[in-house]
Amino acid sequence: MADLVNININGDDFQVPAGLNVIEAARISGVEIPHFCYHPNLPIAGSCRLCLVSIGTPARDRATGELLKNPDGSQKIAFMPKLAIACGTKVSEGMHVITDSEQVVKARQGVLEFILANHPLDCPICDKAGECKLQEYSQAFGNCKSRFVEDKNVKPKKVSIGGGKVILDAERCILCSRCIRTCREVVGRDVLGFSKRGSRNEISVYGDDGRDSNYLLNIVDGCPVGALTESAFRFKMRAWFLKVANSVSTESSAGINTKVWSRSNKVYRITPRSNPFVNDAWSTDSSRYEYRVLDSAMRLKTARVDGTPCSTSYAVSRAVEVMAASGRRAVVASARLSLEEQFMLKEFADLTGSKIYAAAHLGEDDGKLISSDRTPNRRGLFITGIVSEYPKTDLKNLAGDIRSGAVESVMVCGEDLCALGLDEKDFKTANIVYCGVSDSETAQRAKVAIPTASVFEKSGIFVNRQFRAQAFEKAVDAPESAVCEISLFSKFMNAFAKSEFKTPSVYALRRLISSKIEILGGICEIPKTGLLLDGKKFAAVKFPESQALHFTKNE
Amino acid sequence: MAVQENRILYRHIDIPDWNASIECYEADGGYQVLKDALKRDRQELCDEVLKSGIKGRGGAGFPMGMKWKFLDRKSGKPIYLVCNADESEPGTCVDREIIYKDPHQLIEGIMCAAFAINARQAFIYIRGEYINGYRILVEAVKEARAKGYVGENVCGSGYSCDINITRGAGCYICGEETGLISSLAGKRAYPRIKPPYFPAVMGLYDCPTVVNNVKSLCYVPYIFKIGGEAVSKIGVPNDPGTYVWGVSGQVQKPGRYEIESGACTLGEMLYDVCGGPFAGRTFKAVIPGGSSMKILKWGEKFDIKQPDGSIKELRVEDIPLSAPSLMSCGTALGSAGIIVMDNTVDMVEAMANLNAFYAHESCGQCTPCREGSLWISKITKRICSGGGRLEDPELLMSLADNVCGHTICAHGEGMAWPVQSNVAKFKDEYVAKISRQLAGEGEARLDKNSYRLI
Repeated sequence: MADLVNININGDDFQVPAGLNVIEAARISGVEIPHFCYHPNLPIAGSCRLCLVSIGTPARDRATGELLKNPDGSQKIAFMPKLAIACGTKVSEGMHVITDSEQVVKARQGVLEFILANHPLDCPICDKAGECKLQEYSQAFGNCKSRFVEDKNVKPKKVSIGGGKVILDAERCILCSRCIRTCREVVGRDVLGFSKRGSRNEISVYGDDGRDSNYLLNIVDGCPVGALTESAFRFKMRAWFLKVANSVSTESSAGINTKVWSRSNKVYRITPRSNPFVNDAWSTDSSRYEYRVLDSAMRLKTARVDGTPCSTSYAVSRAVEVMAASGRRAVVASARLSLEEQFMLKEFADLTGSKIYAAAHLGEDDGKLISSDRTPNRRGLFITGIVSEYPKTDLKNLAGDIRSGAVESVMVCGEDLCALGLDEKDFKTANIVYCGVSDSETAQRAKVAIPTASVFEKSGIFVNRQFRAQAFEKAVDAPESAVCEISLFSKFMNAFAKSEFKTPSVYALRRLISSKIEILGGICEIPKTGLLLDGKKFAAVKFPESQALHFTKNE
Repeated sequence: MAVQENRILYRHIDIPDWNASIECYEADGGYQVLKDALKRDRQELCDEVLKSGIKGRGGAGFPMGMKWKFLDRKSGKPIYLVCNADESEPGTCVDREIIYKDPHQLIEGIMCAAFAINARQAFIYIRGEYINGYRILVEAVKEARAKGYVGENVCGSGYSCDINITRGAGCYICGEETGLISSLAGKRAYPRIKPPYFPAVMGLYDCPTVVNNVKSLCYVPYIFKIGGEAVSKIGVPNDPGTYVWGVSGQVQKPGRYEIESGACTLGEMLYDVCGGPFAGRTFKAVIPGGSSMKILKWGEKFDIKQPDGSIKELRVEDIPLSAPSLMSCGTALGSAGIIVMDNTVDMVEAMANLNAFYAHESCGQCTPCREGSLWISKITKRICSGGGRLEDPELLMSLADNVCGHTICAHGEGMAWPVQSNVAKFKDEYVAKISRQLAGEGEARLDKNSYRLI
């Protein structure tokens, strides 16, 4: 527990952790101090001057250092004559902060007026409208009448940055320098910088425009106004029409927290969701385009039996028959399934006595937010007991078992067997049931192929590389032909156990899981920042991830 | 009475046969103070400077001894000394004489100060436009290094300190202490926020740094020579020492005059020393400390509170030239560059000229100064080109109020103070000019007889 200090904001006493700056201290105390250039994950710039507040500290006698009292016996407070920036001032014991005095309000109005002086007043045609800080603050704190009658500055517009990923409109820029600091802190090099000076100051691109960086789009999230916009989303949809679902990136075991923005069952963009324990406020550019799988030509859209399209229910019944036909069954599990689905799969495999196979998907670790394990829920496979040691990167053992006749029917959850060491002949030797999102070669060759819901179309839990369980929510509805894995697995289990239980909801499943698996005891209530699980049991497993943001190898 | 000059910093300036060479300086006893100082205790030397009570000569007037005292000596990081020779305040051209004509005085000052604060590397940040000054300094440092006054093992004392000379690139904001530090470290010359970047703790390369003006550093050998006590007795008690006043503008004899603080009044300076206004003209306004300070209107009177509590009326020509007395008249001594304007000057034009300068020189980092400076400049420019509106004086005032005190560095005040004082004291001129424009049409809107500054 951090040390607490007593502060007073606008006459009310609060206890806040020591070491916070005044903006954060006020935020957790329920007082909003407007700001542009301050960002919790970036170094302080102190340049927008919007967060000016009145700061006072307990008055002391200059000679003796004793605290001075007011005539009524209360502590005398010495207020600084000048206003101070709340972002650059740390709280101290007995500090008094005033955010609503006439002096502060006037300063704030003045700063907003200055910012608007050279800012285009064309919100209706600006893509940022609706989620623009300048718009919000102008309405809340500004001076609604303009006194500026001069010509506005002219600056470059529609400047393409990062190979067209980002569009810069320098006229809308309020020069808060967040993007410059983001480049330095997250992208890792100076892509952007200031040029010119005074009111003609503008953001410009230095030699290398960062097109090869996978973190460039973070500058767009940081931009408080419409100066930097993402080309993929620009002018596609108004921000206020979009609804948000909290989700988790499936790109790697880093588990970047995301927000999925959708309207009428169509996802328009993905932005990072701040989590101080995982990704701060950052995300990779690649994870922002994961939603493209939904409309991709590679998506498995209809169920197929022996290559002939059919209804999903018929395909499921055929799949049950296929799996029931032989006692030598196998299941290929995936680290892309949610924790609940993995639990169901394990139950199914136990019920039917199937052998379980799994494959690893490795890539290069970038030391930030892409880890070498390119699956979101590898830890889940260990926790649910599906695997006990880190799998190989192929399924040659499955191929071997099929060829030797030890396995005759296989159910594959999303994995592309053809890329993992099985060849055409193996698909003829064994009966293969494929259920997954992508219309891969495996789906085309499988005896039965069943389309399933993507991560945006269901809810669940992923356990990331820190053993942090993070919940993701359904953002859009699945296509009618797709079935979600939980319902698919329960249909299989009903068929094999000759029982008639209903498809459980994820919440019911979580209750069941929390009672059955000890380290998952708390998963019924997962906080927004995730729930850190005890991974000690798996300390001996050789996980491939290396040191990265908020992750140490031997945690 | 005749005002006497007391030349301390300017003792070598204008001496016939004086040149910038080290031989010339040594022949006059130069570098003797450094040799003596190297044998003394550092703390004792710093105490001498503190005792002298000398205020920094750069413009802010912060006591030099205190600046040295605040230096973080326990951090274990190297300590740097930076000489601020980026003299770019309009109306100020005093350091230039020292650099061009007496560079060894500055180098001795730097070495004395560096030894006292135990800095192992000193920097001179010189204004980019002083290119000859840069060459002279480079040559002078080379001479001093050859003679063992700079570099390894100074004068055989075992103490080493080198001087690096860096040129600015023609930017006013580089003269701001922290802006200079940013620029010196190779970054954009953005002033830094305080806290945490107090130069005494997190200065150049985030190490403890002392930044002193050329004149302040030149005072150091003098303090070491005659003692802090003796220096504190020169001039008025709470602002000891001499000031080199750089008088410019519409007077008969503009120039640089080194006079003890408080030894003469503004009137004596302008009439007796500078010969008064041009024939047939009268004074109208004076900016006493470089263009960033508040303007004084000729004929103004001030009610000054006396120590016994009574109020005494003071005419503008009777203001003694010292930091506290100028402060009590609502302006400040600044960099001691007096700008004189006579009755031919159109105050709006003069203001527009200054505003154009500040708008051009604002670094653009923080909002009020960045946007305010250009906005104010655009308004005054518009008034000067015939487009004035009667609400403009109030707007100027309100904008200046919104800038003042809300910025990262003092450029905000430096830009807002002249506007505030000018509009407050010469509002009638603004109103008259604008009314004339509103009554006229086309070309008639412009004042033909005023000479254009911008």
